Amino acid sequence: MLAVEVNHIAKSFTDKVAVDNLSFSVAQGEMFGLIGPNGAGKTTTIRMMMDILKPDSGEITILGEKLSEATKNKLGYLPEERGLYRKLRVLDSIIYLASLKGVDRRSAEEKADELLKQTGMLPHKEKKIEELSRGMGQIIQFIVSVIHDPELVVLDEPFAGLDPVNTELLKGMLFNLRNQGKALILSTHQMNEIEELCDRILMINHGRSVLYGNLAEIKAKYRSNSVLLEFEGELGEVPGVTEKRTRKGYVELVLDGNTTPQQVLERLVGAGVIVNRFEIATPPLNEIFLKVVGKGHE
Amino acid sequence: MNKTLLILRHEFRHTARRRGFIVMTLIVPLIAVLLIGVSQLVSGIAGPTVGAATIGYVDELGGFQQYTSQGNITLVRFDTSDDATGALIRGDISEYFVIPQDYISTGVINRYTLEKQLEASPAITAAVNNFLLNNLLAGKVPAATITRIEAPLNLVTTRLTETGAVAPEQGGYGNLIIPFVFSILLALSIIFSSTYLLQGLGEEKENRLIEILLSSVSARELLTGKVLGIGAAGLVQVGIWVISAPLLLNLASSSVGGFISTIQLPANFIALAVVYFILGYLLFAVLSAAIGAISSGSREGQQLIGVFTIPLLIPLWFTSLIMFFPDNPAWVFFTIFPLSAPVEVIMRLGVSDIPAWQLVVSLAVLVLSIVGVLLLTTRVFRTYLLMYGKRPGIREVLRSLRSG
Repeated sequence: MLAVEVNHIAKSFTDKVAVDNLSFSVAQGEMFGLIGPNGAGKTTTIRMMMDILKPDSGEITILGEKLSEATKNKLGYLPEERGLYRKLRVLDSIIYLASLKGVDRRSAEEKADELLKQTGMLPHKEKKIEELSRGMGQIIQFIVSVIHDPELVVLDEPFAGLDPVNTELLKGMLFNLRNQGKALILSTHQMNEIEELCDRILMINHGRSVLYGNLAEIKAKYRSNSVLLEFEGELGEVPGVTEKRTRKGYVELVLDGNTTPQQVLERLVGAGVIVNRFEIATPPLNEIFLKVVGKGHE
Repeated sequence: MNKTLLILRHEFRHTARRRGFIVMTLIVPLIAVLLIGVSQLVSGIAGPTVGAATIGYVDELGGFQQYTSQGNITLVRFDTSDDATGALIRGDISEYFVIPQDYISTGVINRYTLEKQLEASPAITAAVNNFLLNNLLAGKVPAATITRIEAPLNLVTTRLTETGAVAPEQGGYGNLIIPFVFSILLALSIIFSSTYLLQGLGEEKENRLIEILLSSVSARELLTGKVLGIGAAGLVQVGIWVISAPLLLNLASSSVGGFISTIQLPANFIALAVVYFILGYLLFAVLSAAIGAISSGSREGQQLIGVFTIPLLIPLWFTSLIMFFPDNPAWVFFTIFPLSAPVEVIMRLGVSDIPAWQLVVSLAVLVLSIVGVLLLTTRVFRTYLLMYGKRPGIREVLRSLRSG
């Protein structure tokens, strides 16, 4: 069964259309990337998935159930801009917000202890939120978003403001959740994080889907038909290569339409070139992002 | 547990633990104790004790020899004005007066003193008055009659009901004091409670907790839980004040005595005070919720709610007018106008009876206003709680009220 299914949702505000006929799905045990430029409609989409806003039309289902007050306990949310009750103690904050997700006090306390221990925050559990650093507050908020064992967790810029140690810690916990069969949606501008963590992505612009699907397939589609080569010896004329671009420490060979990278490699080896690195060039997600969004801006 | 109840409990505890709330709850009875203490002190100093004094007089008419001791004041006779002046300058007497020969026809008494003052002190005046009266009437009427002439009027008023029986509730200042003090407390409590609500919403909006809350509960559950939780804390506060009032009065009655013993609560006072607190608070709470949703932060929200608290406080500005002209038709307006009704009704209870129809209309208008504002609030609440940074213009809010 699909963890989340979004069918043709749309939402407009008084002065503009924020989300326009958007559909996608996320499977259980999948880490899904939601990307797009600022103002593309990401937050509105997330808010509709979190049942904070109701779509004007279309439907969202969680594990086959239509989104309603009853399904709210299955949702976990880490909003982009964060904060907690400043005067409240860490443990009380977690227990209160967990109780609103239907977790009773005792289970919440047990689970909170476990998660605080896992994140190394146990010594701080009696502190007030205002005594914590920004990064620590963010860890607490992450705990709040997963303490009720949600089926779908949406994390908006989860790594912003975290140091490398905590970033790795958080990534580990996200992989754990994924392995438990939870659906995770990551929304971030850091494309390298998406490339590292997500198998599938949705890119939206102006409230519409512009790229959707398997990340590797998308990258293959945007392949520029060139190979990256590090070599020793003399590189003469290589048949099938239309252009040689010299980069720092390597060259990029642009192939003509009829030649495959495999043929180029054979020809290079045949010509006695010592190949140290031979790589099919796929553009980084960043470049695809700029290309797609740039096209939309024109 | 029901999510509304969870929010209610959280908001109640959060409010009850606020320093401002605790200080406010305790300080009101403490100030009352302090006031009672001060009034005890003052009455102890300035009350019945008048310093002993010796004053002189010159009797040119004749016949004023008796009754020279009037309480603490002793009157000493001098033969001539010169003798009296000498004694005054030496400090043997503090002042003297002359009873001229034509006193019976003119009533003029000439008074001489070294002090610069507007007129003689009431104690001296009373002493001289009684001295003259007693001497004039001595032997002509019985002593008891003289005493009566000294103080002929001791007014005791009793209020009767329409059946001619003694009314259970008597008027007077004793009746007025508690409603007046209480109307101030009621206004403060309503303003503080709705400010807490506004601050709480502002905080949740500023730190985006609102998103987590709304992804856990519905906007209605959030609004209901907050309004009732903070309102319950306010009710506890008012309750503590109400309960502590009789205790404080007992404490005070031992010393301030006379006046305090006349203090009594108007009929239905506690019931009406609680009802008007609850309704008044609810009206301001839903208003605060709407304003909290629309405004960009708690500070801006407090400025906006200030506009609505002015009508609540208007009856307090007119305190003395309400006291002396309790039946003026203007008060009917403030009794019925929902924003001023809670304070106005409690205040009027102290000075006069409020006709039943006015109370019924006032309560009905108040309840209808609450329902009306609540309907409007739920329309803007969810939309604008999620809108940060920028406050929507009035036109935009009106549009979303229509379409929401």
